[in-house]
Amino acid sequence: MSAALLIEQLLNGLQFGVMLFLMAAGLTLIFGVMGLINLAHGSLYMIGAFAAAGVAGWTGSFWLALMGALMAAAMIGALVEMVVIRRLYDRDHLDQVLATFALILIFSEGTRFFFGSLPLYLDTPDLLSGPTTLPGGIEYSKYRLFIIAVGLAVGGGLFWLISRTRIGIQIRAGEADREMIAALGVDIRKLYTMVFALGAALAGLAGAMIGPIQSVEVGMGEPVLILAFVVIVIGGIGSIKGAFIGALLVGLTDTLGRIMLPQLFGMFMDASSATTVGASLASMSIYILMAGILLFKPSGLFGGQS
Amino acid sequence: MNLKTLAMAGLMASTSTMALADGVSIGMITTLSGGGAGLGIDVRDGFMLAIEQSGRDDIEMIIEDDERAPDRAVQLADRMIQSDDVDIMTGIIWSNLAMAVIPSTTAQGVFYLSPNAGPSQLAGAGCHENYFNVAWQNDGLHEAAGAYANTAGYGNSFILAPNYPAGRDALTGYQRMFEGDVAEEVYTQLGQTDYAAEISQIRNSGADSVYFFLPGGMGIAFVRQYAESGVDIPLIGPAFSFDQGILGAVGEAALGVHNTSQWSQDLDNPTNVAFVEAFQAEYGRLPSLYASQGFDTANLILSAMEVAHPDDADAFRAALEAANFDSTRGDFAFGPNHHPIQDIYVREVVMQGDVLTNVVVGTALEDHGDAYADQCQM
Repeated sequence: MSAALLIEQLLNGLQFGVMLFLMAAGLTLIFGVMGLINLAHGSLYMIGAFAAAGVAGWTGSFWLALMGALMAAAMIGALVEMVVIRRLYDRDHLDQVLATFALILIFSEGTRFFFGSLPLYLDTPDLLSGPTTLPGGIEYSKYRLFIIAVGLAVGGGLFWLISRTRIGIQIRAGEADREMIAALGVDIRKLYTMVFALGAALAGLAGAMIGPIQSVEVGMGEPVLILAFVVIVIGGIGSIKGAFIGALLVGLTDTLGRIMLPQLFGMFMDASSATTVGASLASMSIYILMAGILLFKPSGLFGGQS
Repeated sequence: MNLKTLAMAGLMASTSTMALADGVSIGMITTLSGGGAGLGIDVRDGFMLAIEQSGRDDIEMIIEDDERAPDRAVQLADRMIQSDDVDIMTGIIWSNLAMAVIPSTTAQGVFYLSPNAGPSQLAGAGCHENYFNVAWQNDGLHEAAGAYANTAGYGNSFILAPNYPAGRDALTGYQRMFEGDVAEEVYTQLGQTDYAAEISQIRNSGADSVYFFLPGGMGIAFVRQYAESGVDIPLIGPAFSFDQGILGAVGEAALGVHNTSQWSQDLDNPTNVAFVEAFQAEYGRLPSLYASQGFDTANLILSAMEVAHPDDADAFRAALEAANFDSTRGDFAFGPNHHPIQDIYVREVVMQGDVLTNVVVGTALEDHGDAYADQCQM
């Protein structure tokens, strides 16, 4: 494999990784602070994508669409938290899974009701369409570079928010001891709504950014949700740093596995069975990675002691 | 309900069946909802257009949605055969559903005319005297693409399909005809939506052409991302990823792509010209490949009904075999395994006015049958 191809594949892995990070960051924050398993996080990703497609169809502007997706996902996130999720914090995890699974069904059918069941498509903005040439003569899609940049910027912003601001202190305190910070006079209900809306906005941003690459359709969030769960389990539940490292690991493993495993098997098998075996094994690779990491670090790379 | 009314009801039911005894009852099971709905809707609309044009009022249509689920299709077929007593069945789009429904349908003495799915099993060892495929055997368009790649002078293809039976058949079909080298043969996950890794492989493969079979949404995602990546190795595909129903979604990324099809909206024969015009007038959109297949299927049935009633199975079958109808494809005949022998064309995606569509630019294979006919014993 040439160096150019390897670098291109590393970029692909990185781009996939930062997308997963946007999903996983919200999921891990919500679990870390509120102790809630939110299966409906994939629906917020879908809502972001549909809101972007809707706004783009109406105004023709990608940037307005991105803003619209962020706001729609955050608002719906906050609303859902106040109406439904708030009642679930004291319940056990099975109740939470059941209730948020019901939310998936409601959001999916609701979206189908408003937008129909045919897939929608977003166009990349002119500024970002087509390839650009990187140092070393490597051609790479501008839009995918944009996703990497946004993902890294959001990652940096989250680190700053959590480690340097007053809200960050409250979030970290909430993770450590929920009752205590309530007793110290922090409005815990407001904090919970805010964290949930933040997680929802990140998922909505991920959905809106993926729109121009893939199709926008009902049920698009669930496959990503499963990967996001893998990411937070690898990274350690509740840890933003863990979500970031885990997302990059999963993104790179998936992308590189897809191209390297068939070639690896090609060295000692005939071509057609090597591609079949390699392709099948590649789709298992991230789960093998997860099992391997959990074997040595049962609570994930950056997980707590529990 | 007492015994007397029960008897009355039974009597009425039997007379109503008798009233229809001279007519023909056709059961259509197709996909009308979910991700594959566009295909089924087009087959149905093309089929019903031909029925309406015939002006016959002795045809009873029963149309049901299989939701692309094999178990639902089997249930519907059982009901149509056992309680609705249909003479002919048609409509199925997907090969896995076809395999679940067609063998038991034909075994029960009902005629089945497939307007789309053409799995190799039913063309070879599993063929049946009551089963006719009016569209193609699955491999056909892929074989034509391989033949086209030869004539276009390509000598090194990168080939790509999802890792499932129809995907493997597609790449086999392409390689059956393609005489050049295969740079790389790649299988993706079924339902995959991001092809960045594969596109990078293509960019660095040194191939002079890319052949891909990615039906439905997968193909839309692939073509859009391919255009975005700036890779300029020419794409070749079967008609499925470039047909009228999805060209709007693929967008201008599809412009200039060559694809293989047994039909095109610009085929210049009187039947097709009239069909395209009537379809547009009736439904307000250009017909697709699938609509033409539905239209042809209905016209084949109508032509056989002129000769015999399906109850007279031998005469009706002989009339179907004769294929004495005007096809939108021009020449049309059945091979010994009841699959078409037909020309397969090369089309190019162009912009006509502000609508993306296909025009024929050449013929890939003439009077092409399929590779499985020898294995068929009827």
